Amino acid sequence: MKNKTTLRRLFSYVKPHLGLVIVALLTAIVSVALTLLAPILTGNAIDKLAGRNNVDFPALYTILTVLTVSVLISAASQWLMNICTSIISYKVVRDLRAEVFDKLHRIPLRYIDTNSHGDLISRVVNDIDSVSDGLLQGLAQFLVGVLTILGTIAFMFSINVTVAIVVVVLTPMSLFVAWFIAKFTHSAFTEQSRIQGELSGYAEELIGNGNIVTAFAYEERASAHYGEINSRLRKAGVRAQWFSSLTNPSTRFVNAMVYAIAAVMGCFVSVTAGTISVGAISSFLTYATQYTKPFNEITGVITQLQSALASAARVFAVIDEEDETPDGEYEIPQDECKGSVTLENVDFSYVPERPLIQDFNLDVAPGKRVAIVGPTGCGKTTLINLLMRFYDVTSGEIRVERHDIRSMKRSSLRSLYGMVLQETWLFCGTIRDNIAYAKPGATIEEITAAAKRAHIHSFIRRLPKGYDTVITEGGGNISEGQKQLLCIARVMLSMPPMLILDEATSSIDTMTEIRIQKAFAEMMRGRTSFIVAHRLSTIRESDIILVMRDGNVIEQGTHDELLSREGAYFELYNSQFAAKQ
Amino acid sequence: MLKLARYLKKFRFYVIIGPIFKLIEAIFELIVPLVIKNMIDVGIGTKDTAYVLRMGGILVLLGIVGLCSTLVCQRSAAIASQGVGTLMRDDVFKKIAYLSHDKRDEIGTPSLITRITSDINQLQTAVAMLIRLVIRAPFLAIGAVIMAMSINLYISIIFLVATVLIFLVIFLIMSKSVPHFKSIQKKLDRIALITRENLSGARVIRAFSGNEREHERFHEAIDDHTASSIRVSRLSALLNPLTLVIVNLAIAAIILLSGNPVNSGSLTQGDVIALVNYMNQTLQALIVVANLFVIFTKSAASAVRINEVLDCESGIEDAVCAAYPKLPSKTKLKFEGVSFHYPDSEENVLEDISFEINEGETVGIIGATGSGKSTIVSLIPRFFDVSGGAVYFDGADIRTIPQRELRDRIGLVPQKAMLIGGTIADNLRFGAPDATDDELWQACETSQAAEFVRAKPDGLYSNVTQGAKNLSGGQKQRLTIARALASKPELLILDDSASALDFATEAKLRASLAKLSRETAMTQLIISQRITSIRHADKIIVIDDGKLVGVGTHDTLKQDCDVYLEICRSQLREEEI
Repeated sequence: MKNKTTLRRLFSYVKPHLGLVIVALLTAIVSVALTLLAPILTGNAIDKLAGRNNVDFPALYTILTVLTVSVLISAASQWLMNICTSIISYKVVRDLRAEVFDKLHRIPLRYIDTNSHGDLISRVVNDIDSVSDGLLQGLAQFLVGVLTILGTIAFMFSINVTVAIVVVVLTPMSLFVAWFIAKFTHSAFTEQSRIQGELSGYAEELIGNGNIVTAFAYEERASAHYGEINSRLRKAGVRAQWFSSLTNPSTRFVNAMVYAIAAVMGCFVSVTAGTISVGAISSFLTYATQYTKPFNEITGVITQLQSALASAARVFAVIDEEDETPDGEYEIPQDECKGSVTLENVDFSYVPERPLIQDFNLDVAPGKRVAIVGPTGCGKTTLINLLMRFYDVTSGEIRVERHDIRSMKRSSLRSLYGMVLQETWLFCGTIRDNIAYAKPGATIEEITAAAKRAHIHSFIRRLPKGYDTVITEGGGNISEGQKQLLCIARVMLSMPPMLILDEATSSIDTMTEIRIQKAFAEMMRGRTSFIVAHRLSTIRESDIILVMRDGNVIEQGTHDELLSREGAYFELYNSQFAAKQ
Repeated sequence: MLKLARYLKKFRFYVIIGPIFKLIEAIFELIVPLVIKNMIDVGIGTKDTAYVLRMGGILVLLGIVGLCSTLVCQRSAAIASQGVGTLMRDDVFKKIAYLSHDKRDEIGTPSLITRITSDINQLQTAVAMLIRLVIRAPFLAIGAVIMAMSINLYISIIFLVATVLIFLVIFLIMSKSVPHFKSIQKKLDRIALITRENLSGARVIRAFSGNEREHERFHEAIDDHTASSIRVSRLSALLNPLTLVIVNLAIAAIILLSGNPVNSGSLTQGDVIALVNYMNQTLQALIVVANLFVIFTKSAASAVRINEVLDCESGIEDAVCAAYPKLPSKTKLKFEGVSFHYPDSEENVLEDISFEINEGETVGIIGATGSGKSTIVSLIPRFFDVSGGAVYFDGADIRTIPQRELRDRIGLVPQKAMLIGGTIADNLRFGAPDATDDELWQACETSQAAEFVRAKPDGLYSNVTQGAKNLSGGQKQRLTIARALASKPELLILDDSASALDFATEAKLRASLAKLSRETAMTQLIISQRITSIRHADKIIVIDDGKLVGVGTHDTLKQDCDVYLEICRSQLREEEI
């Protein structure tokens, strides 16, 4: 039932290409009919070669001419059909991909955060490919197969009913045999793929952790464990492969038997009744081999179809996810935003059962610096999620310039903040394009100016291609610190009135670190800033410090206030020097 | 590919038996058209129904014998190919486990994993195909031509021409489209790349309202992919129609040329039918040959990739003499004029490094990323050997100590906290298979992991998922420290392994490690970027650009080491220094 709706829905993607579908159908019919005509014509031609001094040359020439022409037309229409079906399938694939991709920009971030990226990529790439292979091209094969079967039956009956009945009735035996084998080997296959998964999982982990394996001299134990799984795989593998390799010879055997019976029956009828010619027997024999082929193909197509339907369902599941809540109308131009932010009675939780932020109030006047501190995993990023409206508050409200951010256009709200996260993000493209991400029309002068202010200009200039250097996937060709400086340059270019900064904790060398600090300081001048702080120097110079733990803000105030309170902040601050005594 | 043939040797019996039986089947298959010919010429010619039935019986017999021999062949193929795959996997895995560090880095983990999984699977398929089809398919194609020759030499010329033509068509279309397939794969990779970027950068893209640009970028990529795919499909769509045309025209030509010989009586009607059947058989065999061609090209590439792994030198060898001076020494670890460069490069990563660490001391190494700190660490358990100078452990050059023993005495906590699937206890016993639960708990106490392990329902025997995704970064780091402690090392090396811990936890960890050092004389080597992690060490070693630029305590270094002072200034406020 569910498969049916998936199928119907998939057809709605084919609809725009209806013209091509019709051409494909017509050419399929023509090519199948003419392909099936060939054995008859061959048979007729052979009949004209009855024996010594009994060759009807004029008739022979006519038949052979017809054969040549029909084969040529059949081939041409087959080619046309192939092209049409592939155009249809690739265009449908394209439309599906475009739709899923656009969906990814409208889907709530919650979905992207909680689903495996590998899985989502696999849906966009592999699943959609399997839809095209299995469903669209498979359907074409299915169609041709069915037409061929019907056509063959019709042609056979037109030649000789008795022999035709024998072939028609016996041939599906091979299908039965194939089905029978498949049914009894299924468990062998599941077993094989289960062990295979276990084995690759183990290999992946151990190879991925080569350093530890060497350091703890674990090589022998690892090899032994691997060998144990491997020998189980061997057993299961031999079983599965042996069983599956039974199908082909068995069906071939059935087909050979049908072939033999057709030959004997043909000759028998010819001798006893004389109602069938030698050429017709030859046609029958060709049909007997051709007739079984589409059956085998169709069985193959059906399994492909099933996996394709499953893939399509996975793709549609993404498309059917609920969109973000509709955008608000209100816009605040960048230059009219002074930078006042208010959080009032804010409640928030990722999962309803586990309340995270409860009744949170904060009033940030323009130009103030807010530091957020606390142990790892305390919910510092949650606050960023709420400010940028990546997630919506459960209750209460957040206001920017006295406007509830839910009444604002998301793009307008986000353009008011400049954001630099610890996890840098650059895309595969030139440095120039990466810096200009926030302002696509920026001139090279503006871009270099921003780079200079981010203290990354001289580094870029020293690169072989300067600003046109392409950043490779994952940014492997530049260091983590430089990546962060590029992200800072990106924000420098648009210079929004408010900032959200996430300080780096590690992995950045000292010189770069000093530069980043300078760049941050320059950016923050006169701007409302929210900083996830790891450095006491940053914390001390802030106007408000929020101390978070387990998602809650447990303390807020200035450095001196909080110290004198001798609470959580006091403890955190002193822990840095605990080992000193 | 030939190099891997030694694996086949172990299955010599099956590799020979399989094709022989397959050949028997092929011969029978070639006889079938002859039987049919006799059925028609003799059976129908003399109106002898008994003869027809006899011939039918022969066909059935041929079929049964054919089936049996194929089954023998398939069984041999299954045993041999799975066996070869298993042996190869074992060997490759062992090789990888003992691979030297630079080799592992050079080839890369993902690539190693593909090699041990899909590349070996590919070769496994190739072995099965080798046994099943390599003899059979060409034999059928050539056999059909020879049988045709035996019927009529003159007409068999058509077979030669048609065979060559079909082969050419298949070859041309394939060789033209294969490079396109590669470029299409690249375009597909680009689609995956953009999708990945959009998922990992979802926040940034939304923050900068970049969706329209991303939309454009993605559309460019998919349009490109679609256009190329359609272009190639135009080419490959030719394959079937063209072979169809060639075969049918060949059949027409056979019949046409048969006209005169049949008329003159030198050829029978049955002969013509046999010729037509052989033509059909040739086509089918040739299509199989073409597919084999594709499979073997792929396998050859896989074989190269597997040989690359098998041909790698395994890690550093142990010295021949196992005896080494076990000097009672107060100096636990000593670097003497150590320099190091990677095997494939000239440039020294470390230059003239000398320092000593006494038993029970806690020593910090600090320096910028890329300064060579981690390289120093990797020399101690001999992941790499020094290029110049020497490293001494307990007074003995480490090159004279058996690696196993050396590594048993060192507890290394790597930068990246990685655990493997299994239980927490499995992971902790990685280096100490015989450790008791009590010992594991002790290790956890010291590494500040006991609290969260205890909170888990199954304690030490709680499950760790693959990649340890069910643990936080800080938890993983604490468990990797416990893992190193469980084997009671004489020297504990912490390579920036507390970066995910908050200040309070790190402070507690430092205190408990200090206590352990005092009790057991364990020496500690702490590599860090954070001044706070090492400022209280007995000795601090400052590395800059591969050179040692300072040794001393926090107080002496800040007086006389500029690099150290600079690092301090970047991380601490003036009065904290």
